[in-house]
Amino acid sequence: MDFYLTALLQGLCFSAIALGIYISMKIFNIPDITTDGSYTLGGVVTAVLLTNHQPTYIILPAVILAGAMAGALTGIIHTKLKINALLAGILVMTALYSVNLTILGRSNLPLINLPSLFTIVNVVSDPNQNTFLILAIFVVLITFLIGYLLKTDFGIAMRATGNSESMIRSLGVNTDRMKITGLALANALTALSGYLVAQFQGFADISMGIGIVIVGLGSVIIAETLINWFKLTSVWLSLVLVLAGAVIFQLVLAFTLSVGVDPKLLKIVTAGFVLVIVSLPRLSLLKSS
Amino acid sequence: MITIADVHKIFNKGKANQVNAVNGLTLEIKDGEFLVVVGSNGSGKTTILNLIAGSILPDKGNISIDGTDVTKLPDYKRSQWIARVFQNPLSGTAPDLSILDNFRLASLRTKTKGLSVGVNDAFKKQVQEKVANLGMGLQDKIEQPMGTLSGGQRQALTLLMSVMDSCKVLLLDEPTAALDPRSADVVMRTADTLIKDFKLTAVFITHNLKDAFNYGTRIIQMGEGLIINDLSGKDKASLKQNDLFNWFA
Repeated sequence: MDFYLTALLQGLCFSAIALGIYISMKIFNIPDITTDGSYTLGGVVTAVLLTNHQPTYIILPAVILAGAMAGALTGIIHTKLKINALLAGILVMTALYSVNLTILGRSNLPLINLPSLFTIVNVVSDPNQNTFLILAIFVVLITFLIGYLLKTDFGIAMRATGNSESMIRSLGVNTDRMKITGLALANALTALSGYLVAQFQGFADISMGIGIVIVGLGSVIIAETLINWFKLTSVWLSLVLVLAGAVIFQLVLAFTLSVGVDPKLLKIVTAGFVLVIVSLPRLSLLKSS
Repeated sequence: MITIADVHKIFNKGKANQVNAVNGLTLEIKDGEFLVVVGSNGSGKTTILNLIAGSILPDKGNISIDGTDVTKLPDYKRSQWIARVFQNPLSGTAPDLSILDNFRLASLRTKTKGLSVGVNDAFKKQVQEKVANLGMGLQDKIEQPMGTLSGGQRQALTLLMSVMDSCKVLLLDEPTAALDPRSADVVMRTADTLIKDFKLTAVFITHNLKDAFNYGTRIIQMGEGLIINDLSGKDKASLKQNDLFNWFA
């Protein structure tokens, strides 16, 4: 049972990345893979500041700012230099590897016996339950903020940017600036996942972000499949399903490991799982037609 | 007033597929004028519209709106004067957003889109009343995604959206080209009413010579990036439909 609790906690840690990918991929329609780098950046900044005994109110804004800068950079390369979004993301991600290594100073930094977000308050004595409570509050807060943002006039303009660029330009929105802002927001969220995971697992590692984009993508695709099934249009429900997607994704991985699949094969199972979810709607469509 | 002075626009300059879309065109559009633009394919009609809107910038020449030189101003800044209806009904609206959200954005065309929630009950009621005037029964569907509507309905709503915020110039790029005759008629009559009610300056591109004959206070024909016919006022009013056909003979 503990096994699944850990998976649930991990899913909550990854929900920020899922929201980030939701914003870049579903709202802005931009395939952004800066993610691998900005996630590690979030973890690395957290680890270094924690070992330097900085308080949360410094670490949290620093992580958000670092992620936002990485995303904005991808956005600027994509919009101002007119470079394909995928390539822009790869460039920034690659460059971030060096940045991350420089910040961290070495390839792995343990955070054992350091105070973290999860030890700030002890609501309940069981550490796992305490972590769960803090994570849940954290995730609800983020979701609320993003949900509110998407409901504002600015948020509607954001959603229109990815949906009908000609329309939103004729309505007075600088779409380049909007995309840069959107990618900054998406990667700030991604970095927040790095922040949570580094503290949750008790270390930051230079390779912690390898292939992490698939976790976000998988979560969003699970959510999208559900959204299409139930024909949902509500912004709030979509966000909740993205969170659910992140948790389901981790639970499936935990299940795979618990039935005795070799951990070496975990990444191929992950890729296969995402493939199945993506193709599921099409496969069921074939049958009915 | 819109002034276009000696404007040139060449696409793919120096390449095999070079197109001289507009060749030193000069045109003055007065306030409240409803200008109809006709011309064969490739005559530069759409280029002129895009030059006025700012989605493309001229190689040479000047464009001004209401005395302000806008030659180098991008489209999203010219939106303080200009509203547009595109040829493709998909381009003028955001399909995944609700009708209400589309109208919200349109109501902020000349303003900043800020961090407050602007879609409230009062706004909803205002939109419902405007949409009801179209007589399409869409007032009960304003929470639906725009994409669930037909092309004709979307074009009609795009027209309504253009006057949600202060608007001086309305650009219509073959707004009815993708529509069936009945929807096309509704859209054109809606456009005509709005242009008169709000005293808009309008530029209307069309291939439909019947519309060109029925609507507008001035008509120009374009060819090879220049104006080859220009009739306004009485001359436009006394123009026969047959004369118009002869322009293309």
